[in-house]
Amino acid sequence: MTTARRQFIFDAARMACGVGLLGLGLGLYVKQAQALPSVVFRPPGAGAEKDFLGACIRCGLCVRDCPPQILALAKPEQPIATGTPYFIARSGPCEMCENIPCVKACPTGALDHKLTDITKARMGLAVLVDHETCLNFLGLRCDVCYRVCPLIDKAITLEPRHNERTGRHTIFEPVVHSDACTGCGKCEAGCVLQIAAIKVYPTALAKGELGSHYRIGWEEKRKAGGSLVAPEIEHQYNMPEGLKYEHGKGLAPSGPPPAPGVGVDALRVPNPGRNAAPLGGVPQNIPGGGLADRLSIEAPR
Amino acid sequence: MNAGRIGADAIAAKGRWGAHKWLILRRSSQLAILALFLAGPWFGLWIVKGNLNFSYTLGLLPLTDPYVLLQSVLAGHRPERNALIGVAIVAAFYLLVGGRVFCAWVCPVNPVTDLAAWLRNRLGIKGGAHISRHARFWILSMTLVLALATGSIAWELVNPVSMLHRGLFFGLGLAWTVVLAVFLLDLFVMNRAWCGHLCPVGAFYSLLGRRSPLRVAATRRSACNDCNDCFAVCPEPLVIKAPLKDGDKGVGPTIVSAQCTNCGRCIDVCAKDVFTFGIHFARPVSNQAGATQAASK
Repeated sequence: MTTARRQFIFDAARMACGVGLLGLGLGLYVKQAQALPSVVFRPPGAGAEKDFLGACIRCGLCVRDCPPQILALAKPEQPIATGTPYFIARSGPCEMCENIPCVKACPTGALDHKLTDITKARMGLAVLVDHETCLNFLGLRCDVCYRVCPLIDKAITLEPRHNERTGRHTIFEPVVHSDACTGCGKCEAGCVLQIAAIKVYPTALAKGELGSHYRIGWEEKRKAGGSLVAPEIEHQYNMPEGLKYEHGKGLAPSGPPPAPGVGVDALRVPNPGRNAAPLGGVPQNIPGGGLADRLSIEAPR
Repeated sequence: MNAGRIGADAIAAKGRWGAHKWLILRRSSQLAILALFLAGPWFGLWIVKGNLNFSYTLGLLPLTDPYVLLQSVLAGHRPERNALIGVAIVAAFYLLVGGRVFCAWVCPVNPVTDLAAWLRNRLGIKGGAHISRHARFWILSMTLVLALATGSIAWELVNPVSMLHRGLFFGLGLAWTVVLAVFLLDLFVMNRAWCGHLCPVGAFYSLLGRRSPLRVAATRRSACNDCNDCFAVCPEPLVIKAPLKDGDKGVGPTIVSAQCTNCGRCIDVCAKDVFTFGIHFARPVSNQAGATQAASK
């Protein structure tokens, strides 16, 4: 009886160790498989890679129901979890079908059925990575990424700036906006270069994030409907005693009349004590942008 | 013990068809299922879409593999409606006909391992590694624990069953190497190693159909002439012993072990027609114990 029990325990231990070892290997492989290569994208509605690998049962219904047939299931030798659906933006971007058949086909909801508006999909984020080869950055009017973008003028805009090289042309810089870009990859597929200058990346790679404690002043002000610093302090120019400068109004004496010899006369500012001329007229007497500018230029000397 | 090949007596007694009836039906079932899945990608005839993990027939009938869905749920996902309807239908089916009917009648790896077993027998390859037939349950537990621990359907990364089936319709890639490995394992390393000892899919389905009423029974066991052909041909020979031989100890004639795949090969190869398919509602208690006792010997 004791030997039988000992044998049973040994057998169980042997099995537990053997299978445990297998499990350890498989578990580590799972960790590897959770890292998706950055050129590979999941169909619309897929959540974070880790969640997706727990939700997708590798049936391939999304692949079957994809009208442009851009999806494929990963083969075991590929660096993508075996049997899971993917597309590669450069060779076959998502066509952003309005009725999203791939999501509808998904039996488990690994592709979230709550996604009903394809413009809300977030498969990745396009980034104009290479400013050195992008034809628009070179001053040409390629514009292809902008033109093929399904959300033209929302996800990609062209921002004009001066072309320093020619001195008389404009560079139309394609700029991606993360609030609209779905990561469909049309821009990357359309890029005319040998290797695309604009590429889709997993959002986590492409997007920066402010520290959670950061507050952007003007946005906080807009949200609050007014200044959060109370009272709001008006800017004041630092002027010699007895003078006041207001933007748009100009120079004016302030406070008690200045003592003679301070230099006010030299600046040809009429003494309001002697002359009752209107205050607004004063700056017109000063050539070259006003006293403040001249003072600031002279100040360091 | 007869000197001839397995089933020679049966062929002599019942003819070629009689001695291969269930085998031919089973291969037909396996081929028909493959053909249904292949009709879409090969001929554009989309009767069935998907694969064994989930399939959708004529846009009406969802079928879900309960094992993969269980792993998904353990990984923390809440499935949508179609997957749930599909799993209910599949579970109900195997509860009735026997869980390992999946192994014998549906699974695409079965022809591969059957071929290995047949070849092993023909080439007279003996011996090899020894692993307990309980290993599959340990592996099954391991896959479920991994799903829970990693939040990922871990087993699907390496599962030869779904890899082969999916590969046939979506592109095999190097999945054939995994299938070849299973074949060579069964041929050279150990008799019936994959399906009979290691595969957690089969282990899961055996648990699913533990109480199923459709059973093979040694109804005419008194006619048994101890030729041993049924033991030789059975992928799970331990399940036969008690119902066939322990009648005097009060063991019923029905093969009640959950490991029986209902393949019907024992019916085919028996020249004396000892075995038949039948309906059996009793609880698998006494014979289950008999089977595990036999397994531990």
